[in-house]
Amino acid sequence: MLPLISFWPVQLALVAVFCYAITLFIRKIVLVALQQLRTQRSLVTRINNVLPQTQCGQCGHPGCLPYARAISSGEASNKCPPGGKETLFELARLLNEPIRELDPAHGTFKAFSVAVIREEECIGCTKCIQACPVDAILGGPKRMHTVIESECTGCDLCVEPCPVDCIDMVAPTAVPEHAILDSRSVSVQKSGART
Amino acid sequence: MSVYRQLATRLLGHDSLFVRRTFGGIHPPAFKQHSLRSRIMDTPIPAQLHIPLNTTQRESLSMLVAIGERVRKYQKLAEVSLGDDHGTSLPVHAPTSGVMRALALAPVADHESSEQLCLTLEADGRDEAIALRPEANAAIERLSGAEIQVRIRDAGILGMGGAGFPTAVKIESGNGFGVELLIINCAECEPYISADEALIRERAEHVVAGAELLRRACSARRLVIAIEDSKNDAIAALRQALESETVLETRCELIVIPAKYPAGSERQLIECLTGVEVPSAEYPTGSGILVQNCGTAHASYEAVVLGRPCISRITTLCGEALLTPKNFEVLLGSSIDFLFGLCGLKQADLSRSVLGGSLMGRELASTESVVCKTTNCLIAAGRGELPAAPAEQACIRCGFCADVCPARLLPQQLLAHCKTGDSIELIEHGLLDCIECGACDYICPSHIPLVSAFKDSKLSIDERQRDRQRSKYWQNRFQFRQYRIKKDKEQSLASRAEARKSSLEPIEQAASEAAADGAGGFSKEQASREIAAAVARVKARRGASSSDKDESK
Repeated sequence: MLPLISFWPVQLALVAVFCYAITLFIRKIVLVALQQLRTQRSLVTRINNVLPQTQCGQCGHPGCLPYARAISSGEASNKCPPGGKETLFELARLLNEPIRELDPAHGTFKAFSVAVIREEECIGCTKCIQACPVDAILGGPKRMHTVIESECTGCDLCVEPCPVDCIDMVAPTAVPEHAILDSRSVSVQKSGART
Repeated sequence: MSVYRQLATRLLGHDSLFVRRTFGGIHPPAFKQHSLRSRIMDTPIPAQLHIPLNTTQRESLSMLVAIGERVRKYQKLAEVSLGDDHGTSLPVHAPTSGVMRALALAPVADHESSEQLCLTLEADGRDEAIALRPEANAAIERLSGAEIQVRIRDAGILGMGGAGFPTAVKIESGNGFGVELLIINCAECEPYISADEALIRERAEHVVAGAELLRRACSARRLVIAIEDSKNDAIAALRQALESETVLETRCELIVIPAKYPAGSERQLIECLTGVEVPSAEYPTGSGILVQNCGTAHASYEAVVLGRPCISRITTLCGEALLTPKNFEVLLGSSIDFLFGLCGLKQADLSRSVLGGSLMGRELASTESVVCKTTNCLIAAGRGELPAAPAEQACIRCGFCADVCPARLLPQQLLAHCKTGDSIELIEHGLLDCIECGACDYICPSHIPLVSAFKDSKLSIDERQRDRQRSKYWQNRFQFRQYRIKKDKEQSLASRAEARKSSLEPIEQAASEAAADGAGGFSKEQASREIAAAVARVKARRGASSSDKDESK
C-alpha cells in the first residue's frame, strides 16, 4: 500500500475524495427516501388526522374516519362544524382546493361544549352510555349516570336518546389535562386490561 | 451543522468570538439617564409584604411555616414544585422578620402572569435575621460544579432578566449537552431599564465572581461578559473588576457590543458574538452555549459566597410621574404603590404604570401589584409619555418592518396571514421565531399594532396544537370503544356457546348413566315409557287433589 501511495499520491487522493463524495451522496439519497417513506401515509389517514375526532356525525357519516374516506373519494370537505375554520383551511390545503365556507346544511361553528347530566333527573336507562362514541359516560342500569368531563368530545349524540331530557351541553369548566399532557393516552394495543 | 461549527470553533480557537453585525434592530432613545443619576438605594421595610410564590396552584406548594407563625429574615417559607418536566422545586424565603398572615391570590408584576399565590407577611420592623454562613475564599475555590448548582437552587434564584426560568434548571439542561461558552448578558437594550447597568456600576466585582461561579456550575470552557457600548461607567467598572479580581480566579473576557435594540435578546446576542444562529424551537444549549443575565450572576454570588438566599432584586423606578427616579434594591413582595411613594409619585401626572421597558412592557392593571423575582423595571408614565398608539392606518408596504426585524421575518406578510387566521402559513413564515421585541411596531409609519396581532396568533396556534392533541386522544378513545364492543360481542357469543354446551351436559351424563344401567343404551321406547309414567304420576296427583277438594265441599 505504501509504495502505491508514494507512487501516485495525487491520483489516490483524488480517488479517495471522489469515493467520499459518492458515499455522502448515496447516504443523502437513502436518507431522503427513508424520510419520504416515513411521511407518506394514505390520504385517508392524513384527512382523518385533520378532522376533529368528535365522532359527532354532523357530516352525515357515522364518525370521522368514514367521512375521511368519503372525502378522499370526492365528497365536499366543508361539512365539519366542530373542526372550525382551521379544519376547513387545512383540508382545503391538503386536497389542493380553494377554501370554501362551511356548508350550513350541516350546522354552524360553535364554541366547544361538554355534556352534563342533571343527576337527580336521571332514571338510569343507559341509552346515553350506548350512544357515547368515546365511553365518556359512567353508570349502570337503574343507577345514576354521569359524564366524565375530561373525556367528553361535545358531540351531542347523548342528548337525543335521553328519554327524560336530562342532558345539557355547557361550557367546559377547565382545559382537560390530556389536552396539555398526552401522557396517559389509551391505545388499542394496550387494551389487554379488560377481562 | 452544529458539528461543523464546533469543529470550526475548535480550529479557530479564540478568534471565533468577535462582534458581528446582526440583522435588523432599532435605535430608540434610551431614557436611562434619569434613573442612573443616583446610586442603588435600599428601601425601608414596608409594613406588609405579599411574597409571590411563582404559582397559582395550591397543590404545587409545600408550606414550611404556618399562618400566624413568626418568621425571621432569610427563613425558608415554602417549596414550590415546578411541575413534572423540571423535576425540582423552588424555595421561597422571608425578606424580613414578622408574622405570616395569609396565603391568597394577589396581583404580581410578572411578565408572564398577572396573578400569583402570595404569602402575606406582616413585618415587625425589627429585621431579625437567621445568621448566614459565608464561605471562606479557599472553601469556594474547592466547591464543585454540582455543589454550586445545589446552592443556587437552594437560594431560589430565577433568571433575573425577565423570563424567570429557574437558574439551576437552566444549568442542568446545559449539562446534558456540554456547554462550551457561557455568556453573561449585560446588554440591557430596552429603553428605561437601567437595573443591570446600575448593578454593574456599583457591584462589578460581585457580578464577575458570580459569573465565574456560574461558569464552574455549568463547566463551560469560556466565560464572556457582553455589554453594550453605551454603558461607559459599567464598562469601566467591569474592566477594573477584571483586573483586580480578589474573590475568585477567573479567565473572564469582556466583549463590548454596539448598542442596538434588541441586542440583549438571547438569540441576537449569541448571533452577534459567535455567528451561530440558534435553530428555531431549540434552546441555545443545543449549540453548546448558555446565556445568563448579570443579575442572576450577582444573585448567584450572594447565594454561594455569602449564603444569602434571593430575597431582593434591583428594580428600576422611572417615568415622568416620579420626582426622583432611581434604582432600588427592593424586597420581594413590596407593593408598587409603596415604591412609587418612595420616589415621590405625582398622582395627578400618572397616566399609566408599566412593567418592563417601553417596547416590550406590559401595562399593570393595578398599582397594588407586588415585585417578584423578574420585575426589572416599573415605569410611572406621566401625561404625554408613552401615549397610546394613534389610530391604525392602512399598510403602505414600505417594508421598514422587515428591515428592523431581528429574527429576519416579514411582519407585513405575517400580519396578512394573521388576519385570515391561516396557522399553517403563519408557521411556515416563522411566526414562532418572533421574539415579540416590538421593533416593527416602533418603526411602522402606519401605527399598525403588529406585535399584539402576532401574540394573539401565537396563542391561537398553541390552542390549535392543543386541539390536535385532544383529537388524537379522542381518536384513541373511539378506537378503543370499537375494539371493546367487538371484543364484548365475541365474548358474549363464546359464553353463549359455552352455556349451551353446559346445559346439554347433564342430559348426556344421564343418558350415559342410563346406558350403563340398562346396558342397552339410550332407547326411544324407554324414554317414552318414562315420560308416560311421569304424566300418569302428575294425573294421579291431580285426581287425588280434586277428590280432596270434593270431600272438603
